[in-house]
Amino acid sequence: MTVVQNHTQPDAAVQPAVEIRDLRISFTTDAEPVRAVEGVNLHVQPGEVLAIVGESGSGKTVTAKSILGLLPDNATVSGAVVLAGHDVVQLSAAELRQVRGRDVAMVFQEPSTALNPVFTVGWQIAEGLRAHGEYSRKKARARAIEILGTVGIPDPQSRVNQYPHQFSGGQKQRIVIAMALALGSKVIVADEPTTALDVTVQAEILDLLRRVRDDFGCAIVLITHNMGVVADLADRVAVMYRGEVVEEADARELFADPQHEYTQHLLGAVPRLGALTSYRKPGARSTRTTAEELSAGAAGAPSEAPAAAVVQARDLQIVYPGRLGRPGFHAVKNVNFTIAPGEVLGLVGESGSGKTTIGRAIVGLTRATGGSLSVLGHEMVGFKERAFRPLRSRVGFVFQDPATSFNPLLTVGEAIAEPLLIHDQAQDAAGAKAKVQALLDAVHLPTHYGQRYPHELSGGQRQRASLARALALDPELLVADEPTSALDVSVQARVLEVFSELQERLGFATLFISHDLAVVGMLADHIGVLYRGELVEHGTGEQVLTDPQHPYTQRLLASVPVPDPVEQKQRREALAAHRAAEDGQPQPV
Amino acid sequence: MSVPTNGAPAVSTPEPVADPVAHGEAAQREPRWKRLPVIWQLRRSVGLQRGMLIAGLVLCAMFILMAVFAPLIAPYGFNQLSDAEGNFPRQGAPSAQFWWGTTVGGYDVFSRVVWGAQTAVLTVLLAVLASIFLGIGLGLISGYLGGWLDRILVTIADAIYAFPSLLLAIVVSIVISGGESGFLSGILAAALSITVVFVPQYFRVVRAETVRLKSEPFVESARVLGASTPRILSRHVLRNATRSLPLIITLNASEAILTLAGLGFLGFGINPTAAAEWGYDLNRAISDVAGGIWWTGVFPGAAIVLLVLGITLVGESLNDLSDPRLRMRRRPARLPRKTATAMKGAA
Repeated sequence: MTVVQNHTQPDAAVQPAVEIRDLRISFTTDAEPVRAVEGVNLHVQPGEVLAIVGESGSGKTVTAKSILGLLPDNATVSGAVVLAGHDVVQLSAAELRQVRGRDVAMVFQEPSTALNPVFTVGWQIAEGLRAHGEYSRKKARARAIEILGTVGIPDPQSRVNQYPHQFSGGQKQRIVIAMALALGSKVIVADEPTTALDVTVQAEILDLLRRVRDDFGCAIVLITHNMGVVADLADRVAVMYRGEVVEEADARELFADPQHEYTQHLLGAVPRLGALTSYRKPGARSTRTTAEELSAGAAGAPSEAPAAAVVQARDLQIVYPGRLGRPGFHAVKNVNFTIAPGEVLGLVGESGSGKTTIGRAIVGLTRATGGSLSVLGHEMVGFKERAFRPLRSRVGFVFQDPATSFNPLLTVGEAIAEPLLIHDQAQDAAGAKAKVQALLDAVHLPTHYGQRYPHELSGGQRQRASLARALALDPELLVADEPTSALDVSVQARVLEVFSELQERLGFATLFISHDLAVVGMLADHIGVLYRGELVEHGTGEQVLTDPQHPYTQRLLASVPVPDPVEQKQRREALAAHRAAEDGQPQPV
Repeated sequence: MSVPTNGAPAVSTPEPVADPVAHGEAAQREPRWKRLPVIWQLRRSVGLQRGMLIAGLVLCAMFILMAVFAPLIAPYGFNQLSDAEGNFPRQGAPSAQFWWGTTVGGYDVFSRVVWGAQTAVLTVLLAVLASIFLGIGLGLISGYLGGWLDRILVTIADAIYAFPSLLLAIVVSIVISGGESGFLSGILAAALSITVVFVPQYFRVVRAETVRLKSEPFVESARVLGASTPRILSRHVLRNATRSLPLIITLNASEAILTLAGLGFLGFGINPTAAAEWGYDLNRAISDVAGGIWWTGVFPGAAIVLLVLGITLVGESLNDLSDPRLRMRRRPARLPRKTATAMKGAA
């Protein structure tokens, strides 16, 4: 720690840690060269967090990677990236190797792939140290232990000898940050450092990065698409759009008073916690949800649902079989819920909480193993595919990733016609054409898009086409598994709007699975919170979001960063207080 | 990089002002023939890779033309030992009458090589077709259905792998034809024995692809829609599973030629009076080598080498071209580095 501070000369405060001048990057492809970055000027001061935001394809990652000279062979770079007095663009490979690690380090999106699985974490930290200076084995180990303690790995003395798979995702990300700190890098480039992590873990990693900035005086270049993360951590924000920086401002200023219309559009599209009624009218909600259901749901007890319930789960168990001689994995334990006709149930939870498993069990992609799960009156525990097939026309499913849920060799029109052909509602493609066009129209896609192949559509358009396919047979139930998590925020807003419009009009019941509380809050009548396979909280949307009962839900809600630096600061302090209070108590569940 | 997104800076309407795929419209979908496997790659290749591909294609085209027009090109029949002027000389040196000389049996070497192309191309075609259909069919069913059927088929494929391929081909050809035979039955025997050797390769590739595709969301989506298994296999899995086949076909075809030549060389090929076969000719040429008679061995040998080389060149360059990481691309004109050099001075 002291070593790093000694490096910081008094006049370094005026000298930016990184300065990017007129950076232009283009990539050679089979077709025309793609110009990813066009004339970007940026600078980062020591002890400052610069966030680069923008949607996928805006050039933010490429810009950040150019600081480390980490561009692929087919990239052509011009301009200058000045880092500690060197222009990275001009450096040779050997000089670059010296710069990396010593002057600048990178934190990747997926911590599990950034660490080598066959070496201990201590070895990997020492490896970096010894590449940049003479460290004895003993000294390197001591330094590794010290730095692991600094980033908050408990019991570093013994854990230094453990392998990456013995750490959780959040801890792995801490180790990656520790590797950057061990070398005393003055600049850290963090590429979506929390995207692969759960919300509660994300809050902890953001805390750590803030500490790295304050205690070590590091300059951090943070790349993210999550405006909440930006509001939480960034001092200054650069908004990129199609390879150019369209706006650069102080974080508070940017959120309070965005100047460029793209920034305004981007901020407007971010779903906000508590913006409950942005899409759904409260009147529509109350007509659907009877008081009886409300109380039953709030108690979280097996409810005496009306016989017409579309989905009814009682003590639902789903166990994935284990390997020979090992017990199976209990993905879902004793879950009770009902979905009434026309109701939207939102399922929220972290990765591994069993929310996707429940969705897949409802459509028969995963087998329910115990309790009872009745879908449209058909028992799914021990179901036979042949018996369930006729009912399939009444259930629709929207997958998470629109890029892979379409057969790449069929046109969008053919894909939407598939369900009609399978269930004999049309003889051939020509017969289905009118219906396909009506469906495309319903999801606000131009009808001639039916002749295009999936890869010719953008992510948001594909997800709308996916919705059209799921609705082709007028289902009574729609299961949407994280339908917007692969999309940019501005696109996500559009998809959600189309979804809620169709839901209002057609009145199908929906199971909406998401990890994003804000998104679920906008759409759902009821919200169920899953934690390690158990439904810990179940109630109306307002109730769960404004007055959570279970400590896990409270922590989850407090961890979600909101896109407003001032409010987020208060929330952060509230979360810290909450955590401190919780430390005394046993862990939830 | 070029993922088009709805992010046009329009505040009033969230819908983009410009059609995000407008550039795709301009680049009109190409006609179907331009998207066929080999042609698609040829149009995208540059530099050395293009050279390799074209050289391979030219060599292959040459042999295919030779096979098709053998009756017109070859001056004599493949089993002709005499003409109006009397018997052909034995082991005659190349001359105006016999361009590449004659063999110990009195056959014209040039004619035998040309007719041999016909045998080779026909056998390879039959062998590859048979192994593709068997391999794809079994691979699809085995991969998609899984279970005990899959295990049995995989075990059989592994067992076939364990045999030396030439030994297996010999056994099969003996079983089918009893050793030697006429033109069609001989070709069929050779083709089938090659098929047995290569089916496991196609089976494995298609099965692996099918297992991967089975868990792809678009196949699951078809299942959720209630599509029947034959429909899922034919409409969603089959066409996506066969993408890497052109590559294996070319690489296998060259191996098939070597296997055929090997069979002929060992005497398990086609009767010399029924068809011309390079491997057999090479076998007969062994004793000539000591006597300084080079033409009986060099020409059939060169034919084998050139055809195998041609097919391998096509296969290897297809392999490189279909992998974006190996594919060479035209570099764009370098951007001016004026700013960069100026900056270096400043730094």
